[in-house]
Amino acid sequence: MKLIYEKSRAGRRAGRVPDPGVQAAEVPAELARSQPPRLPELAEPELVRHYTELSTRTFGIDTGFYPLGSCTMKYNPRINERAVGLPGFADLHPHQEDEGAQGALELMWRLQEMLAEVVGLDAVTLQPAAGSQGELTGLTLMRAYFADRGEDRTEVVIPDTAHGTNPASVAMAGYTLVRVQTDMRGNVDVDDLRGKVGEHTAGLMLTNPSTLGLFEERIAEIADIFHSAGALLYYDGANLNAVCGISRPGDMGFDIVHYNLHKTFSQPHGGGGPGGGPVAVRRELEPFLPVPTVARDGDAFRLDYDRPKTIGKVRGFGGPFGVFVRAYAFMRMWGPGLRDMSEAAVLNANYVLARLRDAYDLPVDRHCMHEFVVSARHLKREHGITALDVAKRLMDHGFHPPTIYFPLIVPEALMIEPTETETRETLDAFCEAMLAIAQEAADDPQTLKDAPHTRPVSRLDEAAAAKRLLVRYGFEDHPTSE
Amino acid sequence: MSFTSLTDEDRAAMLAAIGVESVADLFAEIPADVRLDRPLRVDPALTEAELWAHLSELAGRNSGTGSELSFLGAGVYDHYVPAVVDAVMQRGELLTAYTPYQPEMSQGTLQAIFEYQTAICELTGMDVSNASGYDGTTVAADACFVAKQTTGRTRVVLAETLNPQVRQVVRTFAPGFGLEVVEVPHDGGTTDPERFGAACADAACAIFPQPNFFGCLEPAPELAAAAAATGALPVAHVDLMTLGVLEAPGAYGCALAIGEGQSAGNHMSYGGPHFGFLAARSDYIRKLPGRIVGETTDHEGRRGFVLTLQTREQHIRREKATSNITTNQTLLAVAGLIYLSWLGPEGLRDVGAASLSLAEHAKRRLGLPLAFDRPTFQEFAVRLGRPAPEVIREARKLGVHPGYALGRDYEGMDDVLLVCLTEKRTAADIDRLAEVLGRVRAVAA
Repeated sequence: MKLIYEKSRAGRRAGRVPDPGVQAAEVPAELARSQPPRLPELAEPELVRHYTELSTRTFGIDTGFYPLGSCTMKYNPRINERAVGLPGFADLHPHQEDEGAQGALELMWRLQEMLAEVVGLDAVTLQPAAGSQGELTGLTLMRAYFADRGEDRTEVVIPDTAHGTNPASVAMAGYTLVRVQTDMRGNVDVDDLRGKVGEHTAGLMLTNPSTLGLFEERIAEIADIFHSAGALLYYDGANLNAVCGISRPGDMGFDIVHYNLHKTFSQPHGGGGPGGGPVAVRRELEPFLPVPTVARDGDAFRLDYDRPKTIGKVRGFGGPFGVFVRAYAFMRMWGPGLRDMSEAAVLNANYVLARLRDAYDLPVDRHCMHEFVVSARHLKREHGITALDVAKRLMDHGFHPPTIYFPLIVPEALMIEPTETETRETLDAFCEAMLAIAQEAADDPQTLKDAPHTRPVSRLDEAAAAKRLLVRYGFEDHPTSE
Repeated sequence: MSFTSLTDEDRAAMLAAIGVESVADLFAEIPADVRLDRPLRVDPALTEAELWAHLSELAGRNSGTGSELSFLGAGVYDHYVPAVVDAVMQRGELLTAYTPYQPEMSQGTLQAIFEYQTAICELTGMDVSNASGYDGTTVAADACFVAKQTTGRTRVVLAETLNPQVRQVVRTFAPGFGLEVVEVPHDGGTTDPERFGAACADAACAIFPQPNFFGCLEPAPELAAAAAATGALPVAHVDLMTLGVLEAPGAYGCALAIGEGQSAGNHMSYGGPHFGFLAARSDYIRKLPGRIVGETTDHEGRRGFVLTLQTREQHIRREKATSNITTNQTLLAVAGLIYLSWLGPEGLRDVGAASLSLAEHAKRRLGLPLAFDRPTFQEFAVRLGRPAPEVIREARKLGVHPGYALGRDYEGMDDVLLVCLTEKRTAADIDRLAEVLGRVRAVAA
């Protein structure tokens, strides 16, 4: 389909701007624009059609099942979208005085309180913009905490199953990375760990349940190893959807936790964002939190900047408020029933696992939490069919593929996270598609290799994209393909 | 409300298929001492109707720009957001999809990002844009990281006239990046190019705003030249909505152009979610953080779009990545694209020109002494002769929010008010502001 720039015709326009009715002013000539930007020129009907057509070439949770592991693609309640549009929220300027923003501040304060309870820690900053920014914030808090104590600790330990954001955050925070292995049961190898924790260790970053979808059974022992060495434990909250109301990171021994409001608490993922990455900490770390946090004085709420040891700010204002509205709404609709949410997520995942276990390889044979990882290793060995082929063929069955080739320690990995919001019928249909694909690998591998067959495009040449580097429309110089 | 579908019959059948007696058995591997043995202490569940009433009550206790005549700006701007933006954003497919890892499922999102990248490049005069950063503060930290990786230098220079929050965020992350931050004070409301250039020796990059936080127009081409002369990458922090009127940073030699995208089609929403934009000359493409969409073809030669240069990114390169960013602000960036497409080049210029003209009109109409004798864009700073927070408090009682108190961030500016005009304000609104400021100041005297 055409780009919006290819539909543009000089002289057309959609929006018109009110005439201010005052004397026209100009900027100094040496600062004025020399060439007008080539923005699209279309009337509004064509604009709406264009983006509606783009939406039809996109698959979202509203379209169908989206078991993208580690991303918690659950239903996003529509009431949340209506709520963020309330004029008192949408049209509220972030520099409004506290007296003029009491409702917003109360919502943020209540969200802080609920989030703290869910993870069993003492204080929360809502500010970080997404999970990986929460990680960088948490590591920056670690740095400030140890600097304040006059300790020079330079290393952060992460397991080999970690999300790529963990090592990237460690590097950006100026720490040295120390890797720990995974044992045969899919847990952190505690023996390997013991030799890697010492006086230079600042902390551990861990996802629990892990990216294998398994609960870290020796978590208390791990926490003890770090705390005995004077180090801290950081919880990557990507998989919190498994354990709400069931097990709390603070009780497991974690000192710093980030949440992914777009995963566990249903902020729509928006084709890549926005997210929300609040961070909770134990009391000892509270003095270092970013400013502002929201404080309560009786019935009044205020932005609190009085934090002399703060690390500063990690993004603008108090954080992505619209994300808070949605997360708060979601949590208020579940209430203490958040436990039922996690139970349903875990039940759904185990059901799919049970149905697929004979057709795919299991890296570890345990009950899973909210997600699990299987491998297409034997399909590759016997039929030359890879995890990528399985993923592409799932599209023809009407499903978004799972996360593939992650975690890195599992070859031909397919990481499947159904979430709590799917029906048994949907799960069954997905399982039947996965089983049919496993059979098709033997019967008709070429059809799999050529998949998908039903999408607007077939497999795309990613290597050519990296070579051509066409990353913007070139107007009259643009190659004419469509 | 109910967001799950499992009936008792479903549960029983599923447990049987798994081979366990109860859901509790699935959690047997969680050691007893780390299990929560009580219900979560959170308020009882609400129905949707109850929730709506509660949220409406909370929203009703906020004074938004629909209920109060506001002249607040200072980094977030009350431009009109057309209905088409919200309508398209609420398309469930765009709203509820995630990062387009599987391009065949996500051509719509990918094409929209490609179109967004094009719009950002057009506005800033750059060759490449990423798919968005978190906001106008974090993209400044990103730019510093790019500059350090590119030049190997470990100092960054910030003009003091940059938004204070932008400077705070850079300072938060600079130690981890191994960077030292130097700030260059303003001279009479703008940055002196000679002083700026002197600070840039051995710097990785130098970031300056256009317009600046006081609303003043910086001598941007001279600042960029002064930085470039020292080998520091010149970086302009700009407002998209001024770029129909003001020169593109690419045209005056900047290496990168960054900024807060909220003013383009995003509701103010008490500070977010919005998007940050980051654009660069093509020399820096392999150092950029975040998603970048590129054009390619499928097996049949049809055009398609994919995430490209992913070897920069954390999910491939891990600790060697150019950034840890994964979830970004795509939906808000696409809102920006739709808004810019709605305006077109003429509309963009009209918004800028209207805001500028109204601000000049307000300067004359208010007749208050200007804090700085410099050309301005849509904001200007005036001296009130009494503490600005007091004036704001009293004016709000009369239904007008007169602006931002610059004394919050700058020494010696306790009586300085930053007044912002957008195309949503009218000459009558300015009359009302003049009347209220007159009354409030008269009360004080």
